[in-house]
Amino acid sequence: MWRLPRVLRVPAVAFGFLGAWLGILLPGLAGAAEVVVYSARHYGQEAAFEAFTKKTGIQVKVFNGNTGELFERLKSEDERTPADVLLTVDAGNLWNAARAGLLAKIDSPQLEANVPGHLRDPENRWVGLTVRARTIMYNTAKVKPSELSSYEALGDPKWQGRLCLRTSSYIYNQSLLATMIKRHGESRTEEIARGWVANKPTLINSDTKILEAIAAGQCDVGLTNHYYLARLVSKNPSFPVAPFWANQQTTGTHVNVSGAGVTAHAKNRANAIKFLEYLSSPEAQQLFADLSFEYPANPQAAVNPLVARWGKFKRDDINVAAAGELQAAAVKLADRVGYK
Amino acid sequence: MTNGPRSARVRTVPGAGALPATVVPSAWTLGAAAIAALVAVPLLSVVASLARPAVDVWVHLWRTQLLELSLNTLVLLVGVGLGTAVLGTALAWLVVGYEFPGRSVFEGGLMLPLAVPAYVIGFAFLGLFDYAGPVQTALRAWLGDGARVPELRSAGGVILLMTLVFYPYVYLLARVAFVEQGAGTLETARSLGRSRLAAFREVTLPLARPAIVAGASLAMMEALADFGTVATFGYRTFTEAIYRVWYGMFDRAAATQLASLLLLFALGLLALERALRGRARFEQSHRRGPGITREQLRGHRAAAATLGCALVLTLAFALPVGQLLVWAAEAAGPFFVPSRFAGVLRNTVVIATTGAAVCAVFALVLAYARRLHPAPGVRVATQFAAMGYALPGSLIAVGILLPTAWADHHLVDALERLLGRPVGLVLTGSILGLVFAYVVRFLAVAFQTLDAGLGRIPSSLDDAARSLGAGVAGVLARVHVPLLRRGLLTALVLVFVDTMKEMPATLLLRPFGFTTLAVEVWERTSESLWAEAAVPALAIVLAGLVPVSLAIRWSGRAGR
Repeated sequence: MWRLPRVLRVPAVAFGFLGAWLGILLPGLAGAAEVVVYSARHYGQEAAFEAFTKKTGIQVKVFNGNTGELFERLKSEDERTPADVLLTVDAGNLWNAARAGLLAKIDSPQLEANVPGHLRDPENRWVGLTVRARTIMYNTAKVKPSELSSYEALGDPKWQGRLCLRTSSYIYNQSLLATMIKRHGESRTEEIARGWVANKPTLINSDTKILEAIAAGQCDVGLTNHYYLARLVSKNPSFPVAPFWANQQTTGTHVNVSGAGVTAHAKNRANAIKFLEYLSSPEAQQLFADLSFEYPANPQAAVNPLVARWGKFKRDDINVAAAGELQAAAVKLADRVGYK
Repeated sequence: MTNGPRSARVRTVPGAGALPATVVPSAWTLGAAAIAALVAVPLLSVVASLARPAVDVWVHLWRTQLLELSLNTLVLLVGVGLGTAVLGTALAWLVVGYEFPGRSVFEGGLMLPLAVPAYVIGFAFLGLFDYAGPVQTALRAWLGDGARVPELRSAGGVILLMTLVFYPYVYLLARVAFVEQGAGTLETARSLGRSRLAAFREVTLPLARPAIVAGASLAMMEALADFGTVATFGYRTFTEAIYRVWYGMFDRAAATQLASLLLLFALGLLALERALRGRARFEQSHRRGPGITREQLRGHRAAAATLGCALVLTLAFALPVGQLLVWAAEAAGPFFVPSRFAGVLRNTVVIATTGAAVCAVFALVLAYARRLHPAPGVRVATQFAAMGYALPGSLIAVGILLPTAWADHHLVDALERLLGRPVGLVLTGSILGLVFAYVVRFLAVAFQTLDAGLGRIPSSLDDAARSLGAGVAGVLARVHVPLLRRGLLTALVLVFVDTMKEMPATLLLRPFGFTTLAVEVWERTSESLWAEAAVPALAIVLAGLVPVSLAIRWSGRAGR
C-alpha cells in the first residue's frame, strides 16, 4: 500500500484540518428572499415549510433549540437578531416570550380569520398553529369508559395505584394545572392535585412511556397529549389504549397549542407575516395535521383520519394564554402538594 | 536522566516553596491568571446573580423541598463517587495486575463506555428495563404478573447508571497511574514479605490515590451538573430544580441563583479532594525497567475476573449499543441523507478536536504554573477555573452568552460607526464562542488529568534540567511533556469525547446552520423519537471509538 512519506504526514493532517475548518467558516451564499425561524418545535412541519418556499420563493432558514435557551439567545441578540419568527410549543412559552417583549404585534385579517380567538394572543403577538388535547388515556382491557369522567375524578380512591402521571417538571402538566387554576381557583385546584397525589401515581417523564406503561398494565389510566397515542396506534393498530375526552359535562377537555410570533426586531417582517399566514392556511394546516397527528388550528382543515376516529369533543375554550400567566403558580402548587 | 530513581519516592512537600522563588517566571503565572479570569467570567456571573435575590423563590423552595433536594443530591454524589472509585480502580488493577482469559481485550474495551453519551445509556436502559420493556415483559410471561425488577426510577437506579457511565474516568486515570508505577514498588513491598494484595493495598493504591480521587471527582461533578439523566429518571436533584424554576416558573434569574448552591457543592467536592489527597505529594519517576508482572489467575478466580469485566462491558456498552442498532434498523431510512450527514460529522470532529486541543494547552499552562509557583492565589484561581464542570451546561451557556453578547454589541457599535453600515453580530453564535464554552465546561477534565500526571514527576527532575541550563519552557517541552505523554493523551481523548457528546451549550451557542451529531440526537429525542435518534447516536459512539482506540494503542499495554 502506498503511504505518505513521513515528513509530509504532519503537514497533510494540518492542511486537512484547516480545510475542514474553512469549510465550516465560509458562509453559504446569502439567499435572496428569506425568513429566519428560531424553532423549539422539531417535528412534523418540514413539509409545510417546503411548500411555502415552493409557493413564494422565500427560503425558510431554521435554527432549532430549547425554548428557554432560544429565548435567551433572542433576548441577548436584541435588535441585531437574525430571527424573524419564533416557533414554539405550549401557550405558556408563547405568553412568556410576548411578556418579555420579544414578539411584535401582527396585524393580519387573514390570521384572524384562519385561527379562532381563544387560540391566539389577545394582543395578537402570537398565533396558535396546531392544537393538542391533553386528556385521559385508559387501557381498553381493564377500564370501561363509563368509569371515567374528569381530570378531577382521577383523584377518586378507586384509582389508587392505577394512575400514571407525567412528572410535574414538564410544561404540559404545568399548563393543565394553570388552566385549572384559572377555571376553579387556586384552593380547589390544590385539592384536585392532592387527590391525584393521594392515589400514589407512578411518575414518568415521557408521554410515550406513560402510554406504553398503560398498554403493558403497569397502570390503567393516565394523562397524555393525544398525538403521542396516535403515533403509537399508527405503528400498531391494536395498541390497547384509547383516549377518553375529559370534562365533557363541564368545562371541556384541556387543549394547548404550538404556535409562532414575529420577532420584535425581524429584518424580514413582511416575509414573516406571509409565512405565518401560509402556515395557518387550510393547505399548510392539512400538512401539519397529516404529519403530526395534531388538530389543525384552522377549522377548515380536516383532522387526520386516525385521530378523527376518536370523535369530536368539547374543548375548554379558555384563552390558552392563561397557561402562561398562571404557570409559576401551578409549579408552586405542585411543590406544595408534593406532586413531583 | 539515565539514573533516575527506580522506585517511587513518597515525599512530603510543604504547601509552598517547593522550588526556589527565583525561578518563578511571572509569564506563567500571568498566563494562568489570564486563562483563569477568562474562564471565570460565566462562573462569576452565577455568583453575581445573588446580588438581587429572588426571595420568593428561595422561600418557596425552603418551605417545600430544599431539604429533600439537598439530600437527594448528596446521596447521588456519594453513591456515584464511591461507585466509580471502587469499580474503576478494581477494573484497572485487574487488567494491570492479573492475567485472565480475555484480559488484553478488556484492557482497551473497558474504555469503550466513554464513547456512549450518558443520555443514550439512560434511554436505552429505560427502554430495556421498564415495566413495558422486553426484559420485564419476558419475566412476567415466565413468572406471572407479580414479577418485577427493582425500579430504575430511584436513587439506586440513577447511581447505578451514572456509575456505569462515568467509571471510565477513574479506570483511565488509575490504569495510567498503575502502569507508570512499574513493578519496582510492588516488588519491593513483596520482597518485604507482603502478600500481593497487601502490597497493592499498602503501596500501589496509595501511590495511585491522586489519580483515583481526580477521576472520582470528575464523575461527581458530572453527576452534579447532569440534567438529562435525572430528568429521564424522575430523580430530583438541585440541577433538576434549577431547570424547573427556569422553564416552569419562567425565572432564569432565580434559576441562576440556585446554581450558586451547586458551586457550594463543587467547592465542597474540591475540599474533599484535597483532604483525600492529603498533605503528601506523591512523586515518582517515569516508569523504567519492567512493568508489573501479571499474576496468572486460574479456575474460578479467572472465570470471575472474565465474567466481571464482561458484565460491566455488557451493561455499559453492549446493551445500549445493541438497543441503538435495533432502533436504527427500525427507523434509519428517511433520516439518513449521506451528504448532509458528512457535513454534520465533519463539524463534530473539527469542533471536538479544537476543543480538546485548546483545553489541553490551557490546562497544561494552569497545572504548570501551579507547579512552578504553588502559592495559595494560584491554587485558588486554578481550582475556580475548573469548576465550570460542576454546573449545568445550559446555565453555563447562558453565562457565556450574556457577557459575549454584551461585548459583541459594543464591538459592533464601534464597527458600524467605522464602516457606516449595519453589521451583524460577530461573536454571538460564532465558533469562537462555542470553543470558549467548551473550555469553560471541560477545562476541569484536562486539568485534573494533567495535574495528577504532573504530580507524579519528581521536582528533582526540574532541578536537574534547570541546573543543566534549560529554561522553564525548555523543562516543560523536553522533560515534562515527554513524561506526561500518557496524561496528555488521556486529557485530549477525554475532552474530545466530552465535547462531542456535549449538548446544551452546543445547542445555544452554535452558529446559524451549524449542526453536530449531538444536536441531531437532541432534535429527535426532544420529540420522544428515540428510534429516529439512534443513527446519530451510533455515529457519536463510532466517532468516539476512534480516539479511544488510538489512546489504547498509543498508551501502551501494561507491562510491555
